[in-house]
Amino acid sequence: MGKKHETPLLDELKKGKWISFVKEMERAAEKSERTEDLLGQVEESYRDKITHWKHGGMAGVKGYGAGMVGRFSEFPEKYPGVKECHSIRLNQTSGFFYNSDVLRKLADIADQHAGGLFNFHGSTGDIQILGLTQADAEDLFQKSAELGFDLGGSGSDLRTPSCCVGPARCEFANYDTLQICYDLTHAFQDELHRPSFNYKFKMKFSGCANDCVAAASRSDLAFIGTWQDNIKINQNEVKNYVKKFNVQKYVLDKCPTKCMWFEGENLVIDDSNCVKCMHCINEMPRALKSGDQKGLSILIGAKAPLVTGPRMGMMLIPFYDVHEDSKNDYEWLKGLISNMWEFWDEYGVSRERIGELIARVGLVTFLEGIGLEPTIDMVKEPRSNPFIKFEDEEAGAE
Amino acid sequence: MPEEVKKKRITDVGPHDYHDYLSPMIKKNYGKWAYHEILDPGTMVHIAENGDKLYTVRMGSPRLVSSSFVRDICDMADKYCGGYLRFTTRNNVEFLLEDEKNVEPLKKDLDKLGYNVGGIGNIVANIVHTQGWVHCHTSASDASGVVKSVMDELYEYFVEEKLPSKVRIAFACCLNMCGSVASSDIAILGTHRKPPKINHERLVNLCEVPSTIAACPTNSIRPEMVGDKKSVRVNEETCVFCGSCYTVCPAMPIADAENDGLSIWVGGKVSNARTKPTFSKLVVPFIPNEPPRWGKAVQAVKTILEAYKKGAEPGERVIEWIERIGWSRFFKITGFEFTKYHVDDFRLAEATMNYSSHARF
Repeated sequence: MGKKHETPLLDELKKGKWISFVKEMERAAEKSERTEDLLGQVEESYRDKITHWKHGGMAGVKGYGAGMVGRFSEFPEKYPGVKECHSIRLNQTSGFFYNSDVLRKLADIADQHAGGLFNFHGSTGDIQILGLTQADAEDLFQKSAELGFDLGGSGSDLRTPSCCVGPARCEFANYDTLQICYDLTHAFQDELHRPSFNYKFKMKFSGCANDCVAAASRSDLAFIGTWQDNIKINQNEVKNYVKKFNVQKYVLDKCPTKCMWFEGENLVIDDSNCVKCMHCINEMPRALKSGDQKGLSILIGAKAPLVTGPRMGMMLIPFYDVHEDSKNDYEWLKGLISNMWEFWDEYGVSRERIGELIARVGLVTFLEGIGLEPTIDMVKEPRSNPFIKFEDEEAGAE
Repeated sequence: MPEEVKKKRITDVGPHDYHDYLSPMIKKNYGKWAYHEILDPGTMVHIAENGDKLYTVRMGSPRLVSSSFVRDICDMADKYCGGYLRFTTRNNVEFLLEDEKNVEPLKKDLDKLGYNVGGIGNIVANIVHTQGWVHCHTSASDASGVVKSVMDELYEYFVEEKLPSKVRIAFACCLNMCGSVASSDIAILGTHRKPPKINHERLVNLCEVPSTIAACPTNSIRPEMVGDKKSVRVNEETCVFCGSCYTVCPAMPIADAENDGLSIWVGGKVSNARTKPTFSKLVVPFIPNEPPRWGKAVQAVKTILEAYKKGAEPGERVIEWIERIGWSRFFKITGFEFTKYHVDDFRLAEATMNYSSHARF
């Protein structure tokens, strides 16, 4: 069978060594007329140098306000298969672990009810199935739910939380990223499925400061594993590394606080000056391990540029004893998150992320609102201007 | 029996329990991994406290994949690793093998199927990216096509370890930045250069005027009556072409075939290792869209990568190299022009000025 649409420009992207998304679309199009039309429309975009998707349009699953994103073609007559070409987000597993059995079943669902196309995964973390119509939505959703895969977030809601590979396959993990991600996602199902926020709210869990899920640059609330006590040193393994490479130059000299040095052949660390950046542990994993008092730092406010510019996550809680709180189903943390959402709901405006709200009202106002005290780790340095708003009682007003 | 009694509708079941998909060796050594070693750019081994060894073979993916791709990787997982596999945060597939003997045969099979094994260590990592023209209505460029073109050109850096440190490249097709562009070693960003075109006829029915006004980062949108219709006016002097208004108001399309294109950014970093996380900074303000192969954008990325490869010391990420040699030398070495567009004039612009006498001549 010949191709339904000629795609000379896209065909250029079948060349080269890197795996080709055009070939993937063609493989899907072998079974799906919708994806044949999708190829035709994308070719037209390549020719016209512009997107041919209409803005928005309603699509959804009954009882849910999120999880399905409507997409309609500008040229429904020319490409009837993508008149509706929605995508649906399925909440991924913690750490993106799967087996072949469930992936095959998801592949069948994507063939039967959509265009046989996936994103593994979307930028926030969900499995996305592309190319379904509104009429497909209920069956696709129910079949996925029977496999234990619920929808993810979209719009002004809690976006699907995600986490790094964590203790499942990483020696650097300072807490169980998979478990807390799973627990909190279950705890906040309503916030995930039924948008009621000012704007989106993301949570990501990284087991250490290497931050493999980019939590501190991409999520409103970032959880970064850390420890409070001393780095554990295996001096014999240190000696082995010294034989292999220039430890002084590539490990010690690169320590941001210069808190480690050699005394004879022994490595010494001034842990009181260690900022838990992970560099030395990354370089010498057999010799150095994080301490026993493990937990995590919570950073707040990261976001992409829109609307008032990009923000990096800033320190909110230097050390949260996640192991202790996990014994109570993270009761303290869930309370803190609820307090934040209440404050954001009360004082935030439409399309204002929580980081933008904090920038607008000031960190101290936010801390008072959610019941936390300011601490020095929240700032890079104390203020350098004298415009201090003393409160009346401290100035001894008479 | 009535239909609704036969089958109860399932909702709010939440994510699947990940424990079901952890291999026996992972379950046994959960939280008990001692260290890992990178064997080659496609393979690493994690060694548990008890000596168990788990081999990981990493394979690139275009993220946009067919159900046939999914079945391919399932076949491989069944053949070599008991059906267990995972994905990485950068869209790679990872096969988790308990038997070292399966590593090379798996890699051979993947190669036969045309898949790319690599992406571990001091390499160009798989490019995190967005939907582009394939599935997005706000895109200023395609995503998958640019990514494919860049990865074809940099392929050797994915499969061989030739760089001073890892290089993470990201692509986002508009300023919404669904891709992790803001903090990547090299970032490619879809960029508009013209204000939105207002469809006054449709605006009154499609858009909420207050939220449209609130969407603008530069307060460039004002309410205005056009004839007898409520609409808005855009101050084109102050509009920065971000497209935020279009996201909330479909009657303000901003995509423009002639004027949309790409910008290139460098020096973002997510990890806290050594230095604090940083945002990517502007290098090339604009490159026109050149489908299907985006030659100029690909060349710009390659120029940056090769300059970094030549100039950086072992272990230095792109931003660490640039901060050591200085931005002026970075522009000199790479040959990119520093223009008025490189000087920040937005909210935190003041923080980016040089408050010192330091200069390199």
